[in-house]
Amino acid sequence: MVRLFILFLFMFGLPACRPVQTIEQVQIKGSDSEVAVVMALAESFMSHEHRVSVSVKGGGSGSGIAALLNGKTDIANSSRDMSAKELEMAAVRNIRPIPVVFAEDVLVFILHPSLQIRALNLEQLAGIYRGDIRNWKEVGGPDREISLYGRQSNSGTYVYLREKVLKSEYSSKVKGMNGTAQIVEAVKQDRGGIGYVSLGYVQHNGKPSAGISVLRIGDGEGVSPLDASAVASGLYPLKRPLYHFLNGPASGKLAAFLRFERSEQGKAIIRESGYIPIELPLTYNAEVSSMAQPVYAK
Amino acid sequence: MLNNASHSSPATTNQRRHLQDRAFKLLVKAAALLSVLVLAGIFFLLIWNGFYMFKEVSIWEFFFSSEWNPGALKNPQYGIGGMVVGTMLVTIAAMVLAFPLGIALAAYLSEVASPLMRGFVRPLIELLAGIPSVVVGFIGIVVVGPFLAQTFNLPNGFTALNGAILLAIMALPSIVTVAEDAIRAVPRSYREASYALGSNKWTTLIRVTLPAAGSGIIAAGVLGVGRAVGETMTVLMATGNALEVPDSLFDSVRTMTATMAIEMGEVPFGTTHYYSLFAIGATLFIMSLLFNLTAEYLAAKFRRLS
Repeated sequence: MVRLFILFLFMFGLPACRPVQTIEQVQIKGSDSEVAVVMALAESFMSHEHRVSVSVKGGGSGSGIAALLNGKTDIANSSRDMSAKELEMAAVRNIRPIPVVFAEDVLVFILHPSLQIRALNLEQLAGIYRGDIRNWKEVGGPDREISLYGRQSNSGTYVYLREKVLKSEYSSKVKGMNGTAQIVEAVKQDRGGIGYVSLGYVQHNGKPSAGISVLRIGDGEGVSPLDASAVASGLYPLKRPLYHFLNGPASGKLAAFLRFERSEQGKAIIRESGYIPIELPLTYNAEVSSMAQPVYAK
Repeated sequence: MLNNASHSSPATTNQRRHLQDRAFKLLVKAAALLSVLVLAGIFFLLIWNGFYMFKEVSIWEFFFSSEWNPGALKNPQYGIGGMVVGTMLVTIAAMVLAFPLGIALAAYLSEVASPLMRGFVRPLIELLAGIPSVVVGFIGIVVVGPFLAQTFNLPNGFTALNGAILLAIMALPSIVTVAEDAIRAVPRSYREASYALGSNKWTTLIRVTLPAAGSGIIAAGVLGVGRAVGETMTVLMATGNALEVPDSLFDSVRTMTATMAIEMGEVPFGTTHYYSLFAIGATLFIMSLLFNLTAEYLAAKFRRLS
């Protein structure tokens, strides 16, 4: 009798539990610089769109692109372009990576506040991260050894900085932290510490977080990354595009999510998170040609 | 019973028992063979994939250069010297901390502690083995690291010593349990003979009981090393992962396991970089194999002596 009851339960009860409408899954993976802002966007998006579930994971730009090439994600977040090698592999695997720039990021250097250094120029920063400059007194600070913090090689920020600032390899003394948050925590505790992170990680509503100082860049007084107009005009040198890489043109919920990022609400979330929204409308194909061309032209 | 016996002749019963025996033997043999096959499979996978790397990288560069930069702008470099040194440094330091402590704890549990105390302490130590490595790594970042930085006046706690202390904690349970079992297995008569000659407890322990348990104690050490050398997450989180060759325990190190874990996620299949990660794995495998063989040899020698 009991068995019969259980059988009935299986036949009629369980199917009734299943939601009638299927939920569409969107997988996003990659850049640690993007994970927080994309997660905030996804949460807001999901509160409007009930039949879609967006999951956002970090792991570094390299991991995101590798996942896209292996067909394991719908969107690869990346804070760098795809490399020639990665494009080659995509062609072999029949994957058509399409870049969408959804925001711009400001890269900042953070220091321990006790160092009392206000500004450094890019040459000095390159020297520090290449390992040529080893003591803070060489750049006007106290006599203290420099502790270098950085990301691991799967990070887009690691690659971007190497190309744009160092133009050479990193010192072997750079500690490879597991994510941006760990760099911030380490620099807070290390009296000789310097690290590089996205602006979004160290500011709230235009004010820097406590326990670290955000470095101005340039000669003399330099330019502060917290000065929005200086960043917008390009006076602050370290501004970079944040990409989503898709496999082929987006449709359905994926396209809806990309449109949401361009909506006023989406832009507000991006601004709140410390990034710069893109003001161009998402006319999808036009963007692919206008944004993608410079990427592939290399 | 009687009825049963009259139905089946003794010959068929015998045959059935024989068959059962053979089936069981086969089953056990298959299990043993399977584990050997799995081991051989892993070994060949590592060697096979690692071998491809040597088409582009010289053996000399791989083992004796300490420049590791597969994603370099111009010339990729594949030297694992620095990582091998880092791995050995952390492992040896961990064993220097954990081995004496583990043996002392084992001796205490088997020779000194009351049954009540033993029943309390031993499960506690075994519980230590159940702490996930991520949690241990986290403790390294927030507790051990800052403590070391303050104590030794270092700029930060991301050092080989931090990793070694954490690995010592993780290796302790396997060392204590195996060593204690070995010490307990020493026959009572050995100790009684020693007492009869007038030795006290300490002399008996050092001169009689521990040497008699020598092979088991060596096995405990090997297990501890195995735990330390292969641990990934903890060292990845706590040692800072700088690629330089460490000068001392106060330098940041990147171990072989950490390198594999960091780079496996981003590496495209079939590239020299991909194969080089397998080569690191093969090297680590051979290192622990050599270590195990040495320990096996030492243990056998010990057994003959005592």
